[in-house]
This record gives sequence, C-alpha cells and structure tokens, in this order.
Amino acid sequence: MGKVGIIGVGQSAFVRGYPGSIRELAFEGFREAMQDAGITTKDIGASIICSSPEYDKQRSPAGVLAEYLGLTPQPTFYVETLCSSSSMGVRLAYSLVKAGLHDVVAVVGFQKMSEISSAESQERMGRGADIQWESPFGTMMPAYYALHARAHMAKYGTTSDDLALIRVKAATYGQINEKAVYRKSVTFDMFSDPENPLSSPVSSPLRVGDCCANADGSSCVIVADEEKCKAFSKKPVWILGLGAASTAVNMAGRDIFSGLTVGMQAGEQAYKMAGLTPRDIDVAEVHDCFTIAEMMAYENLGFAKPGEGKDLIKSKETYKEGSIPVNVDGGLLSKGHPIGATGGSQIRTIVLQLRGDAGQMQVKDPEIGLVHNIGGVGLYGNVTILGR
Amino acid sequence: MAKKDMDLRFGKFGTVSFTFTTKVNDFMNGLEQGKVSGTRCKDCGKVYFPPRADCYNCLGSNMEWFDVTGKGKLLTYSKLEYAPVGFENDLPYSIALLDFGDYKVFGRLASDITDDEIKVGMEMKVVANELPNGQLNYVFQKA
Ligand SMILES: [Zn+2]
Repeated sequence: MGKVGIIGVGQSAFVRGYPGSIRELAFEGFREAMQDAGITTKDIGASIICSSPEYDKQRSPAGVLAEYLGLTPQPTFYVETLCSSSSMGVRLAYSLVKAGLHDVVAVVGFQKMSEISSAESQERMGRGADIQWESPFGTMMPAYYALHARAHMAKYGTTSDDLALIRVKAATYGQINEKAVYRKSVTFDMFSDPENPLSSPVSSPLRVGDCCANADGSSCVIVADEEKCKAFSKKPVWILGLGAASTAVNMAGRDIFSGLTVGMQAGEQAYKMAGLTPRDIDVAEVHDCFTIAEMMAYENLGFAKPGEGKDLIKSKETYKEGSIPVNVDGGLLSKGHPIGATGGSQIRTIVLQLRGDAGQMQVKDPEIGLVHNIGGVGLYGNVTILGR
Repeated sequence: MAKKDMDLRFGKFGTVSFTFTTKVNDFMNGLEQGKVSGTRCKDCGKVYFPPRADCYNCLGSNMEWFDVTGKGKLLTYSKLEYAPVGFENDLPYSIALLDFGDYKVFGRLASDITDDEIKVGMEMKVVANELPNGQLNYVFQKA
C-alpha cells in the first residue's frame, strides 16, 4: 500500500458569535481547503463530519453539511470525540484511504459554540465527564484541568507564574494570526495585577488567563492516497504516524494526575509508526485548552522530562526560534477552541508550516511536525505526525 | 414497567443529579444511613468505586457492597469560583480526589475547611452529607 497524505487544508476565522448557520460556517473552512487542493467536489469520495453534539441543535449534522458542501451522493458520516473529533476524523480518513475504499476523503470539523449561553455551555462541557458520579458535585472543564494543575504543582513545584508564561507565548502568536479570536497581547505582569481580568481566579489554581477562548469556527483537511496526492498537489504533506487512546472518564479511575495518559500513549504509538522520536519533531501543535494542558503535553510527548516542562517555557525553547516551537499560531488559548474544528485547525497549521506557507508564523525549514489533540479532560487523545 | 413504578432513588444524588435510575440505586440507601459504599466482585474480588453493577474483569454481575472507611490521602483539589447551571448557590466549593490505595474517591471538600488547612497529601475521611436543597452527597473532612 502507498502513502497517505494531505492535499488541502482550510479553516474559517475563529470568532465570537458567528453571524450564520452551521452549514454556512462549515462552508468557510471547506472552501479554503478545496481551493488549496485545487479540486472539485466530484473528486471527493466521502466526507467525515466532526463536532461535539452538545452544541448542535441540528440532529445528525453530517447529511445536512454534506448537502450544503455539494458532497452528495457520496457517503458521509459523523465522528465525535469531544475536542479531538476532527483529529479522530483524520485518523478514520486515513484508514478509509489506506483500505482502498476511497481515494480522497474530506474531513470537516465545525462548532458553533454561541448557539447556547456561556453558563449553559459550561454545564454541558461538565457533562462531557462522568454525569452519574461526578457532575452532581458541580464540575466544569476548568475545574478538572485545575485538578491536574494542582497535582503537577504538588509533584514538581510548578507555579502559576510558569503557567502564565505559556499564555504570554500563545498571545505573542495570536496577535499575528489573522484567524485568531484573541488578537491582544498578554504580558506576564497582567497576571499579578488584581485589576486585570486575566488574573481573576476561575478554579484554583487556574485563572482567567489560563483558559482558552470559546469560539465559533470550522476547519477542513483533505486526505488522499499517494497517487492523488501526486496528481493534485505540488507539495503534499504525508501522514507518517497516528496514535489514539482513551482512559477512564471518572477521575477516580485514573492513576496519573500530573499528566494525561492518553497523550503519552497516543504519542508513543505515533512515534513508533513513524519511526521517529521526540527529537525529530521540528514544530508542534499541542492541545492547550488550558495552560497546564500545554505544560503536560511538553512532558507527555517527550519534549521535556516529567516535571521539566517549566524549564522549556522559561528558556523560551517553545517559541518560534526555539528548539521545539509549539503552538506558534496562538494555540487554543489565543486562536480559540471551537471544539469540533480544533484538530483540523491544528493539522492545518502544521501542514502550512511544512509547506513553508505559514507566513509571519513560519518556523525555519521544518521537515517533521506533530499534532497533539485531546478530547474531554484527557478522556480521548490523538497524536498525528506529518512530514513533507 | 409503568413510570410510577420506576426506581428513581439516584435522582437524589448531588446538588443536581443527571441520572435517575441505575442498578446501583442501593448506594442511595447507604448514603441515607450515613454510609458511602463501593462494590466488590464476589467472583474475582475486583474492587470498584464508584460502585458498579457489572465486573469488566470477569464479566460477572455478582457484586457485594463495602463501606468506604478509614483515611484517604488527598491527591488534588480545586476551588471553583464559577459553577455550572444549577450549582450557583453552592459557590464557592472545592472538588477533590482521595486515594484509598485499592480505589480512589472523587467528591467535594467539606465547606468548613479553610483554604490554608488544605494540603495535597493530607489525610481525610469521607462523610455522607445532606445538602440545603434536601439532596444527598458526600464530602471529605480532615481525618
Ligand atoms: Zn469480577
């Protein structure tokens, strides 16, 4: 069997309160990917539609979107693993193409989070955890990641100041990403200024500045077999490694709190499949829904030893000029986190980086890139390694 | 079964319950008597908290109850300043996780513990608790 690659990537701007319906939102990312690939809808054999259903008023969005995108009568289906839905979609697209069922598959991720209020959204995200045994205590996404942050701090001496540095980095690049929802600068001093909203506590030890921005957005990744990659694209980017894992939904069922096992396991699988090690990665996108999530990703992916993630950010090694640039598009923290669209957007960033098309955010001449995408509170994990 | 005959005891669990019936509804009877209980598989001995009706280890459903007693170690905690819909009146409150060796327990810290008393690694016990709205949960107190 030949290689499987990516011939087109696209995303909408990530915004607050998208002034249109979900099908129109999905069209924006899809159009950009189609124009990027230079293909027509007839070239696409199947579509995989990815979102997190708690925000969707539309039941079974796949059919509705496929029709609006002009992808009927080809098969279409829906994939959901919370925030990692579209990375899982790309994993499935790879398997459809590798199996020879389809030669070109479009993976479309979308989320219109503004369909519901922020409080309602928090309540629903809490229900992405264990609704029988945890939600009745009043849980929310930030509180769960805060449990990880507290455990990391207790075990390794990580501080809130260390976490703030990750947010400062994200904002550095969010300012130059015209598709980011949060374009403002964030300085370290803002976190110690009680008047600044970024310093106010959300769920200890996490503060407002540690949390990503909700957004509406869409993304699209077009996956193709080797023959179509070579026919359609001057600069195909190859899928070299894929990893995926799951764990206990209830925190009581887990053994590690200073890291996410799904990230470690998905990473190991992807490195093994690609025949690569963490040192081979030239640029990475990691799942920074909260600052602590990026810190744990450094360690879980092997960019730093356990407990030494803080040294990586303190020495600015994860900045664009550093030894392992991470989230130089602003990450979820500044670019925004429209759940179902996030993985596809991360993959888009790495594809643009490997092609040398990342503009102001371009890292110097990367050959291998990695995407780390987590669903729920470390419930699902996907790692995708790409190369040119 | 007609709706009036449904066993909805679990609807009383926590400030807001999202589950109304489960095969481990007897957990709620224990809670009413001041006990917090898990299940143990009588066939293979596997211990479960939160309690389960079925054992994935041996695929049996032959469970017995055990009470969570003694001291657990505080693994981590977080104090919430915002709450999901339906929990606003409880603010501020802290969620936490205790390690009992064979199993772990997720829950809330008792509201009378002050911030400077809490330390990761401290020993705590689990206590059944009635909430102001008449619902039942359990909380962690200093051991
Ligand atoms: Zn058993």
